[in-house]
Amino acid sequence: MLRIENVSKTFFPGSVNEKKALDNISLHMVPGDFVTVIGSNGAGKSTILNSIAGVFPIDSGKIIIDATDISKMPEHKRAKYIGRVFQDPMLGTAAGMMIEENLAIAARRGKTPGFSWAIKEEERQAFREMLRELDLGLEDRLTARVGLLSGGQRQALTLLMATMQQPKLLLLDEHTAALDPKTADKVLKLTRSIISRHHLTTLMITHNMRDALRFGNRLIMMNAGHIVVDVEGMEKDRLTIPDLLALFEKAAGAALDNDRVLLG
Amino acid sequence: MIDLLLPTVSQGLLWSLMALGVYLTYRVLDIADLTVEGTFPLGAAVAAEMLIKGFNPVVAIFVAGIAGALAGIVTGLLHTKLKIPALLAGILTMIALYSVNLRVMGKANLSLLRVDTAFTFVKNMGLTNTMSVLVVGIISTLFFSLLIYWFFGTEIGAAIRATGFNPQMIRAQGVNTNFTIVLGLLLSNALVAISGAFIAQSNGFADVGMGVGTIVIGLASVIIGEVLFGTRSFKNSLISVVLGSVTYRIVIAVVLQMGMPPNDLKLFTAVLVALALAMPMFKGKIKARKVAE
Repeated sequence: MLRIENVSKTFFPGSVNEKKALDNISLHMVPGDFVTVIGSNGAGKSTILNSIAGVFPIDSGKIIIDATDISKMPEHKRAKYIGRVFQDPMLGTAAGMMIEENLAIAARRGKTPGFSWAIKEEERQAFREMLRELDLGLEDRLTARVGLLSGGQRQALTLLMATMQQPKLLLLDEHTAALDPKTADKVLKLTRSIISRHHLTTLMITHNMRDALRFGNRLIMMNAGHIVVDVEGMEKDRLTIPDLLALFEKAAGAALDNDRVLLG
Repeated sequence: MIDLLLPTVSQGLLWSLMALGVYLTYRVLDIADLTVEGTFPLGAAVAAEMLIKGFNPVVAIFVAGIAGALAGIVTGLLHTKLKIPALLAGILTMIALYSVNLRVMGKANLSLLRVDTAFTFVKNMGLTNTMSVLVVGIISTLFFSLLIYWFFGTEIGAAIRATGFNPQMIRAQGVNTNFTIVLGLLLSNALVAISGAFIAQSNGFADVGMGVGTIVIGLASVIIGEVLFGTRSFKNSLISVVLGSVTYRIVIAVVLQMGMPPNDLKLFTAVLVALALAMPMFKGKIKARKVAE
């Protein structure tokens, strides 16, 4: 499904700020894999997601989705295969446009826009149904500007937008980190239900250890541009937070250093 | 009074095409595009030259629009492909166009006094001078406003709007933002050039210096329109920009009537736009003071 082979990425090469963000990383995911990613500060978690999405070019290595080598594809062309939700609730939607306009754009993800109407009448009914399932009271607000919604509503909407055209791969970059705990939990549960309903292959970065254990069938921990822990299935299910910290310390040779990580 | 009002409204309508062009870059794409200072006289130059050569006014205006579109593409490519900041890319094209405009016209000023224009065309149907300008103004504004409204209701138009609000989001939805930015600049500058073509015909001349201050007049129209007539929806915003352009012309006519020297017009407009742009800050301060009390 997703194959990352020997990918490296260095930011600001040759300068005093040189930062090796990914150091010869490889990762294989099978269809239906739901992988949670945790790690210390600057471990390369976001870099790996952004490399897959094509936000910047990688220095070396290959990224392959379903036999298609996307390593050199521009970001907008990869969108055909990839759905994304960002950490910042503002990033996933166009604030000045209506809910239905945002949904209509997402319904055409990966297709070249043409001269037919941006929204078709019959789509509105479908949008209303989808919004009703979110259970956030958005189904009657199709023509409201997205900028009026709360952070949680915007993340739920972004999640819907990322998945309404079923992506081969769903990338979640700490998509609940900016939300209050209650809203974060609601969005996470929604995430799980959407993923399991569509059997989506998912890579989710989180700063919350409990969520990393609670969600997904596989967990990887990153440190200094490497994947240092990779557990799945039964082995992952049995893990506790202290186990995880111990595993990390053993593999990385240092205690997990992340000022934002939540242990509970 | 009505003798003054009708020509002023007509002028406002002809200039509104330029204001709509500025709206497309400044508000829709979120780019302050200075190319317009060059494309406005470019449209005037191309149309004047063609009219003098005996082309049909509609053809002349159409070709002026194409010329403006090409200039917009140049700015767009400078910005997206060569990564030159949008403001600077616009300035570069604007400066280059000064020479281009001189080349198109062959000299600094072309008179259209004894040439058939879009207005003589309408006047021949039995209308007065004033009425013919008004009719052309209404028809052209309606035509281009409807065209813009239709276009931005399509998938590609929605993609351009989304690019202005959030380029990251629309790339993640599979749209090439380099393309949408170039397309937006193309449309904007085509409109501005078409406006220049109309203004040259209504003034009776094209001049290489007539573009000075275009961006400021455009911004004044956009901001006055938005403040007075609202921004509830895209349609509402388009109407506001057109009405803003007309209001701006009325304001100018009134201050000139009150005795302001025409030479001070640009200073007046600049101050007006500076104040309008500072409005959100003033409002914020007033609000903050109220909260403090």
